[in-house]
Amino acid sequence: MATAHKAPDVARDGAAAAAVVTDITELEAVFDAAVAADERIEPRDWMPDAYRATLVRQIAQHAHSEIIGMQPEANWITRAPSLRRKAILMAKVQDEAGHGLYLYSAAETLGVSRDELLDKLHSGRQKYSSIFNYPTLTWADVGAIGWLVDGAAITNQVPLCRCSYGPYARAMVRVCKEESFHQRQGYELLLALSRGTPEQHAMAQDAVDRWWWPSLMMFGPPDAESSHSEQSMTWKIKRHSNDELRQRFVDICVPQAESLGLTLPDPDLRWNEERGEHDFGPIDWSEFWSVLKGNGPCNEQRLTQRKQAHDEGAWVRDAAAAYAAKHSDHDKDRRPAAPGTPAEATA
Amino acid sequence: MAALALGDDALVLSHRLGEWAGHAPVLEEEVALANIALDLLGQARVLLSLAGDEDELAFLREERAFRNVQLVEQPNGDFAHTIARQLYFSTYQHLLYTRLATTDSELAPLAAKAAKEVAYHQDHAEQWTLRLGDGTAESHERMQHGLDALWRYTGELFQPVPGLDIDWQTLREQWTTTVTTVIEKATLTVPEGPQSGAWTAGAGREGLHTESFGRMLAEMQHLHRSHPGASW
Repeated sequence: MATAHKAPDVARDGAAAAAVVTDITELEAVFDAAVAADERIEPRDWMPDAYRATLVRQIAQHAHSEIIGMQPEANWITRAPSLRRKAILMAKVQDEAGHGLYLYSAAETLGVSRDELLDKLHSGRQKYSSIFNYPTLTWADVGAIGWLVDGAAITNQVPLCRCSYGPYARAMVRVCKEESFHQRQGYELLLALSRGTPEQHAMAQDAVDRWWWPSLMMFGPPDAESSHSEQSMTWKIKRHSNDELRQRFVDICVPQAESLGLTLPDPDLRWNEERGEHDFGPIDWSEFWSVLKGNGPCNEQRLTQRKQAHDEGAWVRDAAAAYAAKHSDHDKDRRPAAPGTPAEATA
Repeated sequence: MAALALGDDALVLSHRLGEWAGHAPVLEEEVALANIALDLLGQARVLLSLAGDEDELAFLREERAFRNVQLVEQPNGDFAHTIARQLYFSTYQHLLYTRLATTDSELAPLAAKAAKEVAYHQDHAEQWTLRLGDGTAESHERMQHGLDALWRYTGELFQPVPGLDIDWQTLREQWTTTVTTVIEKATLTVPEGPQSGAWTAGAGREGLHTESFGRMLAEMQHLHRSHPGASW
């Protein structure tokens, strides 16, 4: 079914295309109307350069976060205290690699390559979520990450399932299903600890104490200081402001913490009858900016490990490419060589 | 004994593969290695549960009580080393499970299910053996080195496991044929030299392990042992 905003397809429809508008203001108007009508923008549609750039930045950062986010949890795979928990954790870390792959694919529909994006991650030109710069110091941190970090991620990502850019929205549907599952597992892990021995309970409380504020920071700076928010909301990449989502998350977590038998480390946290929401204490934004600038506890470690895995794997990727070049055409004997192909390439 | 031996093989190799998480050469391999590790852990859990309590067996036995072959406890090394270990072991496991599935062993149902998973592991190992062996000069050299270094641990795979009604000699011949075919197709050389250390004979199955294994267990068991009687 043709939609109103489809840009002329020059490759398919060359002659007609010449007659069709290339006036940018008109293309913009078609794009704006499509977004306003909640139609999905697809890879071959015309889109403003800034919309494309914003999406590349956001999807890449999201993909990078999945990949870097494997590290704090993988840190506990070899020490998981039961085989059931070990299996759950391995499956989760595997899912994260898979999410990274979906997201890099979604970004590639915008005309960038995964290699290019990884290069930007490795050189520090693109970021990943600041939360993954915190260390996992005990087993309970695995639960706190599941419950709070994945919980915050889901609160952020569920609205992205309705994002105006089709490939991103569809990736989010798959990601959110798996993330919800991880969050329940994290909650269940903490519940087991909370109801376990006094030492286990203390371990769970300590983890929640350390992960609560960083999780609230995952929603980004306050609305007043969020540089990309307004434009992203107009384009329907974002559907809610940072502060709205943060508030929603706090309201969800308070009763969950109660049923876990754990407290949240905020003396100002209380129900506000008038607003019908929880009031909560001030966030230490200096910490947020400092972590974002690379000065968190694990920034250097995370990036170093990522680069090391990539660099040490270079010979493996080279081998796969060399093998593919040698063996790509199994029936090469029956096919004439492409013009200009050097003899070695087909040898 | 048989469930414990095969369960320990799967448990220990799964643990080694789990060490790759976040370190793989390419994202697709993060997924693949974790996938194989998970399959093996699933097999280990079923097998150990047949032998007793899975967590007690995994976390509270000391090194001398583990019955896995020494091959699976070998450190990961580089990617080629890991792939060589996978090639040797998954070929063995696939042949063993396929046969075991046809016996009246209590392990037959597990073997039938696991054989399907292991066929995938074997394919993964073979495909990478071909790519590394017939890739670049560096990958060729590394792959050959991995095959050579681990060769001495392969003889132990064919030490009879008490309780398993398997023709071990035929298993060994089939394994050798399969592995040789892949290695040669990958333009590599089948290692010569003995297929076991001079001082071993089924050593892992008898609880005699290599030095790195104790460290692996120390890491694996530390948390569980720190909280006696706790449930997780």
